[in-house]
Amino acid sequence: MGKSERPEHTAPPDIFYNEDEARKYTSNTRMIAIQEKLTQRALELLALPLDGTPRLLLDIGCGSGLSGEALTEAGHAWLGLDISEAMLDVAVEREVEGDVLLGDMGQGVPLRQGVFDGAISISAVQWLCNADRSSHEPRKRLKAFFESLYRCLARGARAVLQVYPENAMQAEMMVAAAMKVGFSGGLVVDYPHSTRAKKFFLVLMVGPSSYAPQAKGLDGADEPMSEDEDVDMGEGGQVRNEGRQRKRHGKPKGSSKSGAQLKSKSWVLKKKAQMRGKGYTAIPVDTKYTARKRKKGF
Amino acid sequence: MKLLTHNFLQCHIKGVKNGYPLNIEAVKIEERDADFDPDFLRSMFKRIDWKAFLVGAQALGCAEGLPQAVSEEQLQDDGFLQKFHHALLEVCLEEGSLICPETGRRFPVVKGIPNMLLNEDEV
Repeated sequence: MGKSERPEHTAPPDIFYNEDEARKYTSNTRMIAIQEKLTQRALELLALPLDGTPRLLLDIGCGSGLSGEALTEAGHAWLGLDISEAMLDVAVEREVEGDVLLGDMGQGVPLRQGVFDGAISISAVQWLCNADRSSHEPRKRLKAFFESLYRCLARGARAVLQVYPENAMQAEMMVAAAMKVGFSGGLVVDYPHSTRAKKFFLVLMVGPSSYAPQAKGLDGADEPMSEDEDVDMGEGGQVRNEGRQRKRHGKPKGSSKSGAQLKSKSWVLKKKAQMRGKGYTAIPVDTKYTARKRKKGF
Repeated sequence: MKLLTHNFLQCHIKGVKNGYPLNIEAVKIEERDADFDPDFLRSMFKRIDWKAFLVGAQALGCAEGLPQAVSEEQLQDDGFLQKFHHALLEVCLEEGSLICPETGRRFPVVKGIPNMLLNEDEV
């Protein structure tokens, strides 16, 4: 998948997630790390009572079982549903703890009433907004999905569905479809000010609830870089081309008269203080993020 | 597929009223070890449909020693819980089919994965 290309635009999910794509989900450490992080966050938003009892959860779009593994680690039992046979084969190969079903969520989940303590879904439900066959009607499929999801959840249970809506209309469509079948809740947006870290979670509740999920990064902060992310950006992924760098003459770049490194944190803070002293008011406040270095792109 | 999963599955073809429980036609059965957790078993017992569970256990040949009805006391009994645990979580259907009791529609089970995909005229 290219950076700008959405997989929803390339092919239907049962075709797109073929064997090659499925392999990526077991070998690509970056993908694995992202899936795991999203699952952790979904579990956090699910806010199951911490009484040590293992719960029974439903994982919609379980794929190769990466999210399921995070659920197992958290001590819960789970049942997964996915439309891609190749992904499920990988899940079985990896001997995940939960059982997996081959099914299309747009046809409704084939499960009995009121049995699950909660449901999660990582990057799957937006697929329903696409009509991949002439017989597909996104609204109908969303309705069938949410109706059956509502039915199979126990009273007071929650569903946390992480989605990548393509635009505001899609997000609205998903929320509206969920509300129509009786769910309460809505959309939680983590890091709304960041293009990279912004994440949408549909947090849905069966029956009335006073639970109010809290989004992350509302103060405009970006997602803090985690250690494991740094690790997988390590040596293997970095291209070094020292040969192309030109030899510099004279004073090395990055040092100024005052001795402070150019564009270093102390330099930025000093400049900001100077500007404030001159009476400028639109100077951003100093935080721990001030003058922080960005990660290298490649 | 474990009997735990079977107990929750129902036929979702449009118009079907009695799509539960699905009958099992077993071709290949495997046994796998699972961790024994009495608390989990007790919490699962509450939402298991016992009748459907027995039918499933018979089809997979692990119904021996399972009572027709379960009392509160038995839930504290380790002997019963062990049997329940074995049938619920350790016996897996690898190859076979699940059959809708109303329409007779077959859902194949391949490599332990039930295929619940519907045809377009069944949605």
